[in-house]
Amino acid sequence: MNIEGLIGASIRYGTPLLFATVGEIITERAGVLNLGLEGLMLMGAFTGFVTAYSTGSLWLAFFLAMVVGALFALIHAFMSITLKVNQVVSGLALTMLGSGLSGILGRAYVGRPAVMFQPVAIPGLADIPVVGPAFFKQDPLVYVGYVLTFFLAWFIFKTKAGLTLRAVGEEPAAADARGINVFWVRYLATLVGGALTAAGGAYLSLAATSMWMENMTAGRGWIAIALVIFAAWDPIKAMLGSYLFGFIMSLQFRLQATGEVHVSANLLLMLPYLVTLISMILFSLSENFRKRIGAPSALGVPYSREEKT
Amino acid sequence: MSSTLLEVRGIVKRFPGVLALNGVNFDLKEGEVHTLLGENGAGKTTLMNIIFGLYKADEGEILFRGKRVHIKSPYHALQLGIGMVQQHFTLVPSFTVTENVSLGTKDPPNKVAARVKEISEEFGLEVDPYAKIWQLSVGERQRVEIIKLLYAGAKVVILDEPTAVLTPQETEALFKAVRKMTAQGTGVIFISHKLNEVMEISDRVTVLRKGTVVGTLKRGEFDKNKLAQMMVGREVVMEIEREKAKPGDLVIKVDDVYAKSDKGHLALNGISFEIRAGEILGIAGVAGNGQRELAEVITGLRKVENGRVEFMGRDITNSSVIERILAGIAYIPQDRKGVALSPNLSVAENLFLRRKEKKIWFNKSVIYEHARRYIDEYKIKTPSPATAVKYLSGGNMQKVVIAREFSLEPRLIIAVHPTRGLDVASMEFVYRSLIKARDEGVAVLLLAGELYEIFNLSDRVGVIYEGKIVGYTTPDPSPENVEKIGLMMAGVAV
Repeated sequence: MNIEGLIGASIRYGTPLLFATVGEIITERAGVLNLGLEGLMLMGAFTGFVTAYSTGSLWLAFFLAMVVGALFALIHAFMSITLKVNQVVSGLALTMLGSGLSGILGRAYVGRPAVMFQPVAIPGLADIPVVGPAFFKQDPLVYVGYVLTFFLAWFIFKTKAGLTLRAVGEEPAAADARGINVFWVRYLATLVGGALTAAGGAYLSLAATSMWMENMTAGRGWIAIALVIFAAWDPIKAMLGSYLFGFIMSLQFRLQATGEVHVSANLLLMLPYLVTLISMILFSLSENFRKRIGAPSALGVPYSREEKT
Repeated sequence: MSSTLLEVRGIVKRFPGVLALNGVNFDLKEGEVHTLLGENGAGKTTLMNIIFGLYKADEGEILFRGKRVHIKSPYHALQLGIGMVQQHFTLVPSFTVTENVSLGTKDPPNKVAARVKEISEEFGLEVDPYAKIWQLSVGERQRVEIIKLLYAGAKVVILDEPTAVLTPQETEALFKAVRKMTAQGTGVIFISHKLNEVMEISDRVTVLRKGTVVGTLKRGEFDKNKLAQMMVGREVVMEIEREKAKPGDLVIKVDDVYAKSDKGHLALNGISFEIRAGEILGIAGVAGNGQRELAEVITGLRKVENGRVEFMGRDITNSSVIERILAGIAYIPQDRKGVALSPNLSVAENLFLRRKEKKIWFNKSVIYEHARRYIDEYKIKTPSPATAVKYLSGGNMQKVVIAREFSLEPRLIIAVHPTRGLDVASMEFVYRSLIKARDEGVAVLLLAGELYEIFNLSDRVGVIYEGKIVGYTTPDPSPENVEKIGLMMAGVAV
C-alpha cells in the first residue's frame, strides 16, 4: 500500500462528501437547515447516470444533476422559507422522496454500465514526487472540488455578498432593515446548496463508478450534515474533514480487501458513523468552542417581519 | 419656526380583537425631541412600527417633508431618512461594527470605518469600529445602532425606550448625543415611560392612552404630575407611602457564593448579604451583572460552585427546588411567560401550579373554585378562569404570579424586575403587594434595574456589579445618592 495511492483514494472517496458539505454550508450560512442531503445526492447520482447513459456526455450529466438538485431543493426552500414549516420535517421528507423516487425510476438502469470520468494528469504539478500522483492525477471533478472549496471560502469570508449571506443567517432582522431581501438570499442559498449536494451524488455514478445502484450514496448525505458542524461552517475545514472521512472509507475497503485484518465488514462500515458520533460528542462538550466558531444563530428559524416585533 | 419633517394623520391600526391605534395624529419638526409617552400597550411601539415600515396602517396617512408616502419596509423608511433603534437590537453579533454598518451598502470597508469614526467623534458615540458586536456592552451596541442610522443619513431618528438598558451615566451620554443630533436639524422621536427622563430631554410630549392621543404639550406646559395623570387617566400615587421597616429574625444569609452563568464564566463572584424578616433589600445594578444567577441560586435552579446559602438557619446550598418552595421561598421571575407561567395553560391551572398538596388528582371544580377565590382577591381581569394565560395583559399575568406565590405563605420572596413592562396601575399593585408582604414579616429580595423601583420599595439598597455587592446605601432619591449608585453600578468604587 503506497502513500500516494492511499492519499489519492482518500481524496476520491472524500470528493462526494466535499460537494455535499460545502453545499450545505452555503445553505446553513443563510439560516436554512436542509436535512434532505441524502435524497438530493441520490437524485443527483441518478440524474447523472441516466444522462450519461443516454447521451454519453459526462459534463452534461454533471450539469443536469445539479439542475435537478436545485429543483429538488426548491421544494425545501418553498416549504421552509415561504410556508415556514418545520425545517427538520421538510428535510427528512426530501430524503425519503429522493431515495424513493430514484429507486423506482432507476430500477431499469441497475447493472447497466455507462461512461465515466477518467483521471487527467495536470502537466507540471503531476510530476512532483508523492504530492503529484496523489493530488494531481485525478479525475476532473476532483479538481472542480479544489477550486470550488477555495472559491467558496473566499466568497463567504472576503466578499460583500458573503457578508450578506452570513448576516441573513445570523440576524435576518438586521439584514432586512438594511434592504437585503432575506427571502431571496435564503432561496438562492438553498438552491445553490441543493445543486452542489446533487453534484456530490453525481460524482458517485460518474466518477467513482460508472453505474447506478439503489441507495448508492449509503448514508453519505448524513455524514455531510455532521461534517458541516465538524468543519464549523468553513469550506476549507470541510475539505480537510471530507478527505479525512474519505481516508477512513478507503481504509475500510483496503482492510477488507487485503484480508490481513480479520474484522467483520459490518464493523468497518460503521467506522465513519462512529467518528461522526464521536466528533459530535466532542463538539457538544466544549460550549465555548461552539460559540467561538460562530454557528449561524438563526439556523433553522424561519424569518417573518411581523412576528419579530 | 422650523419646518415639519414628519406628520402622521388619522392612523388606525387593528389587531385581531384589539383596536391598537384609533385615529392618531403626530408630527415631528426639525431639530426637536418629541417624546411619545404612554403606558405599555398604549400603542407607542405600534405607531413607530408603522412609521418605520414594519406594520401597515389600516387607515390614515404619513407625510414626510410634506409629501404623502407609503412606507413599505424598514429599508424604504431608511431610504427616505427615517431610522429606528428598536428595543431588540438588529445587529449581527459575530460581525464587527464596521461590517454591521456596511451591511446592505456598496461602500468599501475602509471608507465605512473612517466614516464610523467620524460620526462617533462628532456625536460623542464612542465605539471601536473594528470591535465585534458580541464583545460590546449593551450601551455600546445601542451607539452602533445610532451610528448605523446616522451613516445612512437619517433625518428622523426613533429611539424606542432607549434608556431601559442603560446606566445613569450612559443615559447622560445618550442625551448628549441626542442634543448634538437635534442641533444639526435631526428630529428625534423618544419613546419612554420614565418621567424624569422625559422631563429632561423633551421639547414636546405627546401622551398616548389606549391607542388615542390624550394631548400634546410643549416644554413649559408639562410637569411630572400632569404627565403621569394624562398617562394613566386618573390620580396615581407615584410614591407609595410606607412605614419604617421593623427587621426581625435573620431569614436568608448568602455567604461568599460563586456560581457560573449559562455561558460558563463566573457570574457570581463571592457575593454575600443577609435579609431579615420584614425588610426589603433592593439590589440595583445594570442587567447582566449576576442578578438572574443570584435569583436562581437562591431558588435552587442554579448550582452553587462555592459558598453557602442559609435559610431560616438551615443550610440549603444543595437543597432541591421543591424543598425550598416547601420551606417558604417564593419566586417572581423576570420572565413571566416562560419561567413564571405556562402561557397555554388556563388562569386556573396556572394558579394551581406549585400548590403544596399531595393529592394525585383533583376535581376540575376544585381548581376553578380555588382560582375564583384568587381572581376576586387580586382583581385579576380575565374573561374566565379557563382563559389561557397568554391572552391576559402583562399586569394581569403578574397578578396571577403574585397570587400564586403569595398563596404559598412564603418567608422569603425573590422578585426580579417585578414591574418590567407593566403600566403604572399594575406597577402600583405590585408595589403594594410587596410592601404588604414585608409588613407581614416576609423578607424580600428585590432585583431591579430601575432606580425608582429600588427607591420606592427598599429598606436597604445594595449595588451589584460583576457578581458582587460593591456597596450599600439608603433608598434616598437625592441627586447625590443617585450619582453614588450610578457610579457603583458602572463599576467605579465609591
